[in-house]
Amino acid sequence: MSVWEVFRQERKGQAFAHAGSLDAPDHAFAEEYAREFYGRRGETVALWVVPRDAILEIDDFVDELLRNYHRVDGYPLKEKLKEARERAAARAG
Amino acid sequence: MSELLLELADDELILGWRNSEWTGIAPFLEEDVAFSSIAQNEIGHARALYELAARDLGTTADELAFDRRPGEYRCSALVELRLVHDWARTIARHVLYEEADEARIAALKEADDPEVAGLAAKIDREEAYHRMHARMWHDRLQHEPRYVEALAELRPLVGEPGEHGAEFAELWEEMTMVRRSIPGATW
Repeated sequence: MSVWEVFRQERKGQAFAHAGSLDAPDHAFAEEYAREFYGRRGETVALWVVPRDAILEIDDFVDELLRNYHRVDGYPLKEKLKEARERAAARAG
Repeated sequence: MSELLLELADDELILGWRNSEWTGIAPFLEEDVAFSSIAQNEIGHARALYELAARDLGTTADELAFDRRPGEYRCSALVELRLVHDWARTIARHVLYEEADEARIAALKEADDPEVAGLAAKIDREEAYHRMHARMWHDRLQHEPRYVEALAELRPLVGEPGEHGAEFAELWEEMTMVRRSIPGATW
């Protein structure tokens, strides 16, 4: 028995989204169970059924140089603003 | 025509009932869900067929499904057997039933009555999943001695009406028990 990941396309042209996973002993069973669990109630136009082993997972994104200004979500200003305010207050005081 | 519909409906109801005995105890979870879903489809097919038969016989689907005496059910000897705990024989029955059912439903699709032909076409679309499921198990077990033996044992029972056995009497008792507990109730 091995794990298969199922990706579901809801409408033609849309991106496939991860729908869930299932246990199956081989290709034929994985296909049957994927159809049964994710495809036969009108919720799907296409499925991708992939053995989990075939998926290359990369999850080691270490920010070694702390160049967080490269990130899409920007870099946090909160701490820097706080420090600046404290400096300004000290000077004024 | 109503006799043919009843025969098919009884087979579907009783096989659905027997297959549902696997809910919660199938060999693994995915199969539990898949096989339970097949059982539910079969009972759904039985309901639709009883509705059509009831229309011709001037009765209701519920009365046909639950209010007849055990001797009046026309299901085959194959579907009434209690096979729970024996997966090889359960799959053998499933394979043999789906094989025989395909021809029967194909014939109904050609019926003159458009309601019958329409229902048969609808049922056939779900049965396609059942056939795919049966075929995949057959391919997997085809060289297993227990499965081969089960196929040989059960094949003669396909489409065989015959006398109902003791197992059917027990099934009927349980299946109609709640309904009989309050006669005339409309639920």
